[in-house]
Amino acid sequence: MSCICILGEISIMAAQNFLWSFTKNCFTFGLIGLTISDRYASIVPVRGSSMSPTFNLTTDSFMGSLSDDYVLVEKFCLQKYKFSHGDVIVFCSPSNHKEKHVKRIIGLPGDWIGTPMTNDVMKVPNGHCWVEGDNPSSSLDSRSFGPIPLGLIKGRVTHILWPPQRVRHIERKNHENILSPS
Amino acid sequence: MRRWGLLAKEALTQTLTFARFFCLFHVTNHYLWSPTLVFGPSMLPTLNLTGDVILAEYVSHRVGRLGPGDIVFVRSPVDPNKIVTKRIVGVEGDRVTYFKPRNGDSCHTVVVPKGHVWIQGDNLYASRDSRQFGPVPYGLIEGKAFFRVWPPNSFGSLG
Repeated sequence: MSCICILGEISIMAAQNFLWSFTKNCFTFGLIGLTISDRYASIVPVRGSSMSPTFNLTTDSFMGSLSDDYVLVEKFCLQKYKFSHGDVIVFCSPSNHKEKHVKRIIGLPGDWIGTPMTNDVMKVPNGHCWVEGDNPSSSLDSRSFGPIPLGLIKGRVTHILWPPQRVRHIERKNHENILSPS
Repeated sequence: MRRWGLLAKEALTQTLTFARFFCLFHVTNHYLWSPTLVFGPSMLPTLNLTGDVILAEYVSHRVGRLGPGDIVFVRSPVDPNKIVTKRIVGVEGDRVTYFKPRNGDSCHTVVVPKGHVWIQGDNLYASRDSRQFGPVPYGLIEGKAFFRVWPPNSFGSLG
């Protein structure tokens, strides 16, 4: 009788030990994953068609999120906030800090941007950048909300990682609508 | 051969311990709280010119519990490599009235747009804030100052 009690106690202690070490491991891996995703690189899905054909070539609403492109976002650019024309970046929306958008940098501080709609030029202020989507007809970008502060940028997209047939490096693309000082 | 194996295992364990501490340090400094050195005249007399050590917390701005009167750390919209310390005067939807002391005391009123905050330094005469660069997007806020640790004679929570 007492053997069964002792065995029961030992198995409960073993289960508690296992649970404790499992929780500790989860916590450690969570911390490591969070640090890597904040400081070095992370993988995010891209929603919407504002960057077609660079991302999400087919906007099939039936497939929905199954056909989203997954991209690699690097965070090393946030050390000095040094960006170039044509970089594809992830930034917090200026009207809702919880949303993140993916667009391409068209203008850096000091550039003159021409808006063909209003036949008007404006200079990108210090510390800001002008972003536009590759698909101008369905893109909410700087043409609506103006230049965004560089501090809102959360990373730069370097590669598409999924789906496998679209794996490739993202190239910088220059825009014909701007005048740069250099 | 066995010595190399043991050495490699030892190195791996040390590296893992270091990685664990580094990650804990990073998560605490970015998601919980951290001490910061502040300097500059724009928050006089609340914060001294130099030498104040402030505790910043990073929870309030993530859960959206920031309001007028809070001292916040904001990434400057003029230079993203600088973090400035200012007080929130108005949040989205508020009507803010301000004046520029150097510009002949002209008074202006502005409505803070959605997703933005209006920040001003306590020392209106020596502060570059929303009166110069306009309302700043909420996403630029990095943390909230809640406690002063140094100098000891002004140890205590910040209003």
